[in-house]
Formats: sequence, C-alpha cells, structure tokens
Amino acid sequence: MIPAAFEYAVPRSLEDAVAVLADCEAGTAAILAGGMSLLPTMKLRLAAPALLVDIGRLRELAGISRASGRLRIGALTTHAELLAAPELAEWRVFAETAGVLGDPQVRNRGTFGGSLAQAHPAADWPAVFLALRGVACLRGSRGERSVRSEDFFTGVLTTAIAEGEILTHVTFPAGDGRSGAAYSKMRQQASGMALAGVAARITLDTAGRIEESTVGVTGIGGAPFRARSIEQRLSGLLPTPSILEESCADVPEADPTNDLHADADYRRQLLRVHATRALTRALERARSAIP
Amino acid sequence: MRRDAPPDLIGARVPRVEDPRLLAGRGAYVDDLQLPGMLQLDILRSPHAHARICELDVSMARALPGVVAVYTGRDLAQFLKPVPSAGGMQGFNAPPHHVLAVDRVRFVGEGVAAVLAQDRYIARDARELINVTYDVLPAVTDPGVALTPQAPVLHDDIGSNRAFELRIGNDTQAALAASERIISGRFINQRVIPGPMETRGAVAHFEPWEGRLTVWLSTQAPHLMKREFARYLDFPEHRLRVVAPDVGGAFGAKNNPYAEELLAAALSLKHGVPLKWIEERSEHMLATSHARAQAVEVHAGVRADGTVQALHYRLTADMGAYYHAITHIGPMMTAALMTGAYRIAHAATDIISVFTNATPTDPYRGFGRAEATYFIERTMDLIARELGLDVLEVRRRNLIRPEEFPCTTPTGHVHESGNFQLCLDRALERFDYEGTRREQARLRAAGRYLGIGIATHAWRAGFPSVPGGKGYVTSGWEKSTVSIDAAGKIRVVIGTSPHGQGVVTTTAQIVAQQFGLLPQDVRVIHGDTDAVAQGNGTMGSRSLVVGGSATLLAAQQVRAKAIRLAAHLLQIDPRQVVLESACFRDAGNSQRGIALTEVAAHAFAGPRDLPDGMEPCLEAAVLFEPANFTTCFGTHVCAVEVDVQTGAAAIRRYIAIDDAGRAINPTLVEGQIHGGLAQGIGQALMEGASYDSAGQPLAASLLDYATPKASDLPHFEVELTETPSTVNPLGARGIGEAGAIGAPPAVVNAVLDALAPLGVRHLDMPLTPQRVWRAIQEARA
Repeated sequence: MIPAAFEYAVPRSLEDAVAVLADCEAGTAAILAGGMSLLPTMKLRLAAPALLVDIGRLRELAGISRASGRLRIGALTTHAELLAAPELAEWRVFAETAGVLGDPQVRNRGTFGGSLAQAHPAADWPAVFLALRGVACLRGSRGERSVRSEDFFTGVLTTAIAEGEILTHVTFPAGDGRSGAAYSKMRQQASGMALAGVAARITLDTAGRIEESTVGVTGIGGAPFRARSIEQRLSGLLPTPSILEESCADVPEADPTNDLHADADYRRQLLRVHATRALTRALERARSAIP
Repeated sequence: MRRDAPPDLIGARVPRVEDPRLLAGRGAYVDDLQLPGMLQLDILRSPHAHARICELDVSMARALPGVVAVYTGRDLAQFLKPVPSAGGMQGFNAPPHHVLAVDRVRFVGEGVAAVLAQDRYIARDARELINVTYDVLPAVTDPGVALTPQAPVLHDDIGSNRAFELRIGNDTQAALAASERIISGRFINQRVIPGPMETRGAVAHFEPWEGRLTVWLSTQAPHLMKREFARYLDFPEHRLRVVAPDVGGAFGAKNNPYAEELLAAALSLKHGVPLKWIEERSEHMLATSHARAQAVEVHAGVRADGTVQALHYRLTADMGAYYHAITHIGPMMTAALMTGAYRIAHAATDIISVFTNATPTDPYRGFGRAEATYFIERTMDLIARELGLDVLEVRRRNLIRPEEFPCTTPTGHVHESGNFQLCLDRALERFDYEGTRREQARLRAAGRYLGIGIATHAWRAGFPSVPGGKGYVTSGWEKSTVSIDAAGKIRVVIGTSPHGQGVVTTTAQIVAQQFGLLPQDVRVIHGDTDAVAQGNGTMGSRSLVVGGSATLLAAQQVRAKAIRLAAHLLQIDPRQVVLESACFRDAGNSQRGIALTEVAAHAFAGPRDLPDGMEPCLEAAVLFEPANFTTCFGTHVCAVEVDVQTGAAAIRRYIAIDDAGRAINPTLVEGQIHGGLAQGIGQALMEGASYDSAGQPLAASLLDYATPKASDLPHFEVELTETPSTVNPLGARGIGEAGAIGAPPAVVNAVLDALAPLGVRHLDMPLTPQRVWRAIQEARA
C-alpha cells in the first residue's frame, strides 16, 4: 500500500518526455500512463522505479483518427473510449474486447498503449493487436520508428520498445468490406484477465472463401503469439462450423503454463474453444460486412 | 388491528437513512481519523508457515530517522499477555497466542515485529530494514494430514494437533445398524476469506491526564471489545471507550479482539500518544480470520422411500494455527444444526478440531450454519440419487411439518416455529419445477446441460445468553433506550453496532410507528460505548431479532407513559386516548386532542405537575433477553447451465424464498439476501483459500482470490414469506445470513444435477470451470 520513495516528473510535451527519459540511467525510470498496473505493483513494492515519468497529460498521445486507409489509436486512449468509439464501428472487436477487460474503473483509467507496452501475458489487447496486424509507433531520442505487431512482443512483460522510447500510437488497416474480427475470452475468476483469449480476423474473397485469417492469442503462456497453424489451415477454405472447429483442434505453437487457475491441459482446451468461437464470430462479421 | 394503529411503517419500504452520506463519500472510517501527534504502527509478518526465528535484528529499523520504537515478540512478552483465545472457555487446550510471535511462527502472516513511526511511509520503510533469519520447519495445512502421527506438531505443549474433540447428539449406532440402507459420502466446506471492503484498523488514544483510553476500531461489537480490551490491558473499563465509526463490512471477521488492535491500545498506553494501525489488503488476506474449513464423513441410515432414520457425521474442523475468540464454536454450531430442516430421530456429530499452519478461522456470515446446511443439503441429494428418487421427494418426506413445532432435534436444538413447506411450495411454483425438468430433458437431448438445485434450509439466529457462560460471546441480551425530547423528537440508543445492515433505518421505523412519527423524527445512536452504556453487538442475525425487540419494548413503554400523561392533561381515562400522527385524541370527542410536542414538553415539568407517581421525562430503557434462538428458514432453487467445453457454470435462474418472520423493511431484507447470495454463490463457484504443501497461501491477493463481483452474479428472484417468530415481540426471525447459507448447496446441487448424465457424481467447492471440466474429462475416461 505504501510505495518506496520515488521522484515524479510531468513532461509538458512528447519532446520533453523523451528528453527526460534520455537523461535517466537505464532501468531507473518508469513511464506512467493510466497507472492501472504500475501503481499497484509499486504499492506492493514489487517495483520501485526511482523516477516516474507521467505522460498521462500529453493530449497528443490520445484519441482515434483515420488517415490513408489506416486507423490510428493514440497510446493514451482509454479502454472506455475504445468501448464506445464510433470511429471503430467497422472493427467491433474493439468494443467487444474493451467490454470484457477489467472493470469500469480500470476501463476509465487504463490505456490501450499501456496495456501493449506492459505486455502482460494475460492482457487482452495484445491478441487484438496481433490479429488486426497493427503497427506500433515508437518515439525516442533518435527519432521515430515502427514495429509490426508480430515483432512487438519479445517475451513475458517484454517488448521491442527500447530503453528511452515511448509508444505513441498504433495503426491498423481500416475495414475493407469483407473482413470481420472478434475476441473470445475465458476470464480468470479473480483478476478478470485472460486464462485464454483469442482474437481472430477473417477476410473473405469474392467466392466466400477465407482469403486470409489472423489469430492472436493471449493468456496461454509466454508472450502473446500468432496461432499460425490455425491461419495456415484455414487459408483458401470455404468455411463451415466444423472446418473452423477442426482448424483449432491442435495449436502446436502454444506452450501453456500451469498455475492455480488453469493447468496446461485446461489452457489447451480453452484455446481450442475460444479460437473456434472467435473465428466463428469473425466469420459472421466478415460475411455481414460484405455489401 | 389495534384501533389506534399509527400509519404503517412496519413492512414499509423506507429508503435507508444511512445511504445519502455513504453514497456521497462522506462516511468516516477509522482511517479517516487524524489526531495531532499520531504515530503509525506497522507490522512485519512471517513469510513462512512454520519456522523458528533464529535471529531478529531490528537495529537498522530503530536507527531510521522518524522511527519511535520497534518491538519484537520477545520485547512485548515482557509486558503483554497472550491475546484472548477461545472465549476463555474451560476445558479447551488454548495454546498461547502471543501478540507477536515469540521464537516461532505458525502461519504465513503471523506478526513478527512492530514498528512505531512518525508516519506511514517511514513505518513501511523501517519494516523493510528488519532482518529475520528463520529456520524453516515442515508445515501442515491439511487438517486430515495434521492428524496423522508423522505430521509436524504446531504446539509442543499440546503434543498433537488435536485442538478438541466433542460429541453432540444422541445414539446413532443402533439406529444406523437398524436402517434399511446406509448411504455414505464426504463433503468439504472449503476455507474462505470473508473479505469486507474495509480492512481492519484501529486508532488508540491514551490521554494520561484524563486517565482515559479511547479506541476507534473497525469492529462489529464495540461493547464486547471494551470488555475484552479492559481485561486484557488491566485497564479500568469505566475509563475505556471503544468507538465503531463507519465500518465497511465485517461479515463476522470483526468481532475478534485481534493482536494488532490490542497492541495498538497497549502501545498508546505505553507511549502516551495516539497511534493508528491500518491493515493493508495484502495483510488482510493473511491475518484477518478465515472461515468455514470443515469437512464431514457422512453416514445416513435411510428407508427405501427416502425417510432418513439416522445421521452421523465425523466432522473435521480446521482451527488454523491458533484460536481466535470463538473459533471453537463453529463446529459445535454445525453439529447442533446438522439435521437442517428435517425430522431425523437419531443424529450425532463427532467433532475433531485441528490446528494447522494456516490463518486462524472464526465467524463468517452463516457461521457453523452455512456448513451444516451445505452438508445436510448435499446429503439429501446424495440420498435421492442413491435411491433413485427425486430430490424434491426426499426433502418433502423428511421436512418438519408446521404442526410439529416446537421441535427438539437430537442435537438439542429447539426449532421454535416455522412453515418450511410454505417456502418450498412457493419456490417450486415460481420456478415451475415440472416445466423446468421437461426443459432440462429437452436441452439434454440437444447436448446442453442444465441442472436444477434445491436447498431447503433451516438454522437459527438471535442467540440467547449461554447459561453459566463466562466466555466471550455468551451474553444474548440487547438493550435499547428510547427518549423523547421537549420538541417531541426521539433519540434511540441501541446496543447493537450496525455496519451495513440498515438497522438505523429499521430502528427508526419501529420507534416512529409507535408515535405516528416519520422515520426522520427518530435519531439512532450506536457504536460508541460512551454514548451507549450497555450492549453486545451485531452478529448472528441478532440486530433486529434481539436489539429490535428491545427497541420495540422500550418504545411501547414510552408510548404508554406518554398516553398516561396525555390522558392526565386531557383529563380523560388513558384507555380513551387514541394516538395517531403524533397526536393524542379523545376517543369520545374527536375535537379534543393534544399534540405529542405538547405532551413531550410537559413531561419535563416537576413531578407535582405530572400524574401521581410519574417521573419526569418520556424515556425508557429495556433489556431484552430472547427465550430461545429464532428458527430461520427458506427454500432456494436455481437452474444452472454448464458449458461442457469450458466447464463454466452459468446460473440461469436463482429463486430465494426466505421467511423473515415479520419483515420490518422488505427492501432491506431483500438487500441482505442479495448480499448473502453473492457470498454464497462466490463460495460455491469461485472462492477458496488454499495452500501449497509448504503452507504458502495460493490465493493471497485479490488477483488470485476470486471474490464475487456484480458481473459474476445472476438476477436474483427474491420473495419473502412472513411466519412470525414466537420468541420475540417483533416476530422477526433474522435474515442477514440466509443468502450465504442457502446458496452454496443450491448451486452445487444444480451443477451436479447438470453433470449427472455425464457420470460426474461428486465435486467439492469451489466449482471452478477448470474443476468442472476436469471432472467431466475423468468421467468420460
């Protein structure tokens, strides 16, 4: 409940924030956005950063916009904003995911960027980020760079964000009138985080076959990952319920963990079930997106 | 109907008068209290379940600027006694429970050192600077294993982990032997964490010049605490004041005088300054009482028609590492109520209570009775299944009938009155039992698994005083004082200590009703032992049953006196006075009357202006002692669908028909049932405080311990029946625990009914999705 002593900085601009971070000794500063994970960790003294850099007031990092066929979500966009964003109507997966994430208090304060940057192995947004093939935009003292979602998560609680870099926003392809995406999740009963969470996107060709699918997985163990075995199996198929189910029967790239709430067998089962459910809804949405 | 019945506030849905302040965030809890010069107390706790303390070095912590003192268990043992245990009952092997561990720790979370510092930050930093070296010992947290000869022994003086053994009931051996059939099972009522929103906390303030000690405490029983603190500290009780400010929930876990709270008071005395101790949530999970933690081996002797002829339990009760105040009462209460709502001629429980390297257990909503209800209601389903009978049929056959009250059970409990069939019939009607059974068959054919669960519960509330009792919670009376001021408004002082029950509202209703006033004309004072001379506290569904009865009787006495005075002023016979809408009228001449305000003002006159022998002031104090426990009962029925792919159980319908006796405020009764159902469903499906083999708690934070949230719960269909109790003048039965008692067996029975076609015969709570899925896989294998 009482964190260790720390310094607190409130940069006035992104430039400022980057400069403050550049001045810090490596590993001593933490970036504070919504604070929904960092602050409890500090209160339990599991984390004790010497400096907190509060970027929460940088309005340039908030908000949703659209440019050149892509959607842009600012890192400080809250879960609650994503739950209600009219700009994201074509990707119902955002509202769907925000609606099963945390509780109203967390959704009001927690941020999209914070969730990705923290890379908690059971967080929900990483699955969606992977399934929609987002691109993370980072800013550091050496300028801007982009990282594709499939390269972003490097391990449990680790990402491609380098020391001194700030995740500023994420871009996604806009809807194309023949794609749909969905998220299906089993909540861990206490924390509400994913015991298994699967985001799936399906794009249909003109014949109604699966032109492409992407499946992002969280909660199973290790870093969030793409279930490429499912994606490959589905490629070019005319989808039926049994085809979707069969495609999820075995996901060799999963390496499930054992913990109090779910052992590896059970996590494997949840992955099968929720991958099937996410794909089924994604397919319905892709079909209904077709004019 | 009384001819002068005032507007009917009894049974009215009066909004809670407590709410506006609390909802606006204007509540004042212990942690809101700030006193000048107040120090902060922080406790270092054991990370080990069982260990010897080899070295305890507090020198670095003592040297930190801002630290006033650091104490170890050995330091404190120089001037403090062990904390009160097991209610001071005779014949109990109560091992010493030191304020802080002396040389040895026996559960994760046991206090090891205490820091007193100028602020909370310094106290917490100092805690990090204490160095402890432990020699870790083997631990045991499973009560069954704790009884084996090779188990590590917690208390060397006792020599084994057996806390106490006791048999309650009549002879069952012969009856079992003579039964047509014996059906056996084993049921566990798992260890859970009560988890109120507000953790524990205390502010202690010793004022040397006044010789006065005040303790603000997050407690449900300030008067019990005053008595215990005075005895423990050898401090004159008449100079000790305990105040329960707003209390953010307790559920039974806050009527124990805890080590940290006694320590706060003792250190305030020693240092002569005010000090505060506030429990962190992570401490709360380890150091505040856990609950339930009972298991039974059941043998039921039955006839083929489902009649239960004899019932025997071997009950193993997990005390945890030490006794808290009434830890030992839990299994006794379970045994006393083991026959539930049924007429069973032969019944007995053999209790074995066990010490384990786990947090001590103590009351939690439904203490002992939730366990008893779970065991008997699971047993009823087991009997039905073994005999191939409908679960409803078995219950109907054994239920105590309305004409059989008062009904003495083989375990010595007297059910005073009741109508169990009424609740059952109404529940089945509303649920459409037959229709739902058909629906179940239809869904099964389609590969969906719906289950129906029933619990017909009967238990007891509002305990009477324990004859010869010298222990902790042995006084069953409650006291209320009703006084009317010169403006005709009323002040009621009550001995219970409401902390969420809504008793301020119901008390105002009971009193206002007597005078034809509005609830807002009545102010209710509670929770401060300086303002309330005598009381016991809020626990065991007694606030309304016992405290409300004292209030009613006191209000009636004042009313009678006011009528006599009004008659005197109107110069008519008191029998001719009609009191309505705060006005006394002459029944013989409706034009003549006198307002309550006038009568109230006149009551302050000298005795010569009052009727012969009447003392000034409209005031009365009544102490009410119940003749017996009330019998509380109801029927809960639910439908649960299990997703066999994930094991998740979803409650489709939940119907609770409970008998409140006389319901003073149905909205508050329903609220009480809702809260209890949340906790009962939580226990059934989500909660469990388990340990690994080294005694490390596996669910020591709210990230792992699944306290139910609103989003986890179904819509509740709650209805009340009103069968007045015969043991108190209000006719109230006590409803605060009904939800927590009825829900676990109703939900578990439903899940197992859903899984029956898959071959799953037994599951222990919590029925988490993983546990259910695993059982389905094993049954299929």
